[in-house]
Amino acid sequence: MRLPIFAVVLAGAVGMSLISGQATADSMNSTMLANPCAGCHGTDGKSKGGMPSIAGKSVRFISKALKDFRAGSRKGTVMQRIAKGYTDAQIDELAKYYSGK
Amino acid sequence: MKKTISRRTFGKITGAAAATSAIGLNACAGGKMAKARVVVIGGGFGGATAAKYVRKLDPSIDVTLIEPKKKFATCPFSNTVIAGMNDMEFISHGYDALRKNSGVNVVHDMVTAVDPAKKSLKLAGGGSIRYEKLIMSPGIDFKYGAVEGYSMEASLKAPHAWNGGPQTLLLRDQLHAMPDGGTFIMAPPPNPFRCPPGPYERVSLVAHYLKTNKPKSKILILDAKAKFSKQPLFMEGWNALYGDMIEWVSLDNGGKVIRVDTKSMSVETDFDTHKGDVINFIPAQKAAAIAHAAGVTDDSGWCPINGATFESKLQKDIHVIGDASIASPLPKSGFAANSEGKACAAAVVRALGGKDYGEPSMINTCYSLVAPDYGISVAMVYGFADGKITKVKGSGGVSPKGAAKSFRRDEARYARGWYASIASDIWG
Repeated sequence: MRLPIFAVVLAGAVGMSLISGQATADSMNSTMLANPCAGCHGTDGKSKGGMPSIAGKSVRFISKALKDFRAGSRKGTVMQRIAKGYTDAQIDELAKYYSGK
Repeated sequence: MKKTISRRTFGKITGAAAATSAIGLNACAGGKMAKARVVVIGGGFGGATAAKYVRKLDPSIDVTLIEPKKKFATCPFSNTVIAGMNDMEFISHGYDALRKNSGVNVVHDMVTAVDPAKKSLKLAGGGSIRYEKLIMSPGIDFKYGAVEGYSMEASLKAPHAWNGGPQTLLLRDQLHAMPDGGTFIMAPPPNPFRCPPGPYERVSLVAHYLKTNKPKSKILILDAKAKFSKQPLFMEGWNALYGDMIEWVSLDNGGKVIRVDTKSMSVETDFDTHKGDVINFIPAQKAAAIAHAAGVTDDSGWCPINGATFESKLQKDIHVIGDASIASPLPKSGFAANSEGKACAAAVVRALGGKDYGEPSMINTCYSLVAPDYGISVAMVYGFADGKITKVKGSGGVSPKGAAKSFRRDEARYARGWYASIASDIWG
């Protein structure tokens, strides 16, 4: 694991809790947000069974699908209920994350 | 480009003990910094996930997973084994992929003691292991003796089958040997227990087996509870598919079992004695024995945790996930354990000086098969607010009542898809 040198110096002085800067918080949170999805869609969005794979789908597709599920305009079984748990910004993060897998 | 240094170099540069302990790595020996060591107890849904995801989030961390079984048989989908739809192989998972693909050091042994002060644990096979961070996902034990006549010995005659393995096969064999016109008694446990919809999915698939093979048979549910998970959906499905084959006696109607007699194969409630050809008694539950031995359980018999990190409220540097933990409003489910394993892995990586992944975000989805082509589900998204794990407002809920057959068929298909994906996410 590699740490930015300025952060290390800071940590040495006042403790590691200050390492988490706002600048990187969003991308870090996308991992936290995205990991639970793998419980159905497979690790990194690569499904092993009847669930759709989401890895490598376009940002626009994933983002629109989730927002449409949330609005009820896209038919589904469980995704309408799950999509309601995420904000626009979180959906965009999820879309970017899985698009990049 | 930003200049970066590795943690190892950082240790050499600063050298100072104060800085080293600030980062949480106190495993210095002879000036050389050892890799941070995470030890995970239990290779089920929570533990195997946590082991894999610590490595995935930070491959520099050394992870050892301790699990007695070489193949883990899951509770989810064990009801399909009991109903004869799948064999044991279908629900059994080994650890080769965790070793090869994720670099987890898997040790097949049993932890007999944990010393939180020395941060070490003892193995049944001899020897001890030191840890920087311990993640416990030990699962459940049964409160044998809480109901008169139901001991571990009795479970060999009246199986609970609430752990995947020999108990699953015992109940399957008893069901398959049952005569047509016989009675299958199911006694679900009181709250809280592993897999809230599980007993009712089991009843459903047993009913499917009986309807197909022994249609004159009956199922009697003697329940210690007044209501149960996805109850309206189960009842809708039972009425549609199984007519009056299933009778549910709730707590309010005297459903609570007060005595089990495996000699006469009968169970007693306050009002009646019922004879069963098969008795599936599921005892009340508590966190597994090793959690009690490690001092991470409270008076409830379960493990209180800090919801942000899953660190025990009772012992520093021990995290508890899965069914053993008190992670309410998350249910005691395989899916929840998988989600908790990831959130806990992130917290442990951060505590060892890695990235900050923010507050936990988790999901639970529990599928139940009412019949092989009839699935229902309950789902919820979980976050963290005001110092607690919370349901994300507006999210989640159960499948719609009165849905079309095609909807139920799709959810049955997704139930199988879920199992394939989560098994690969955990043991793959």
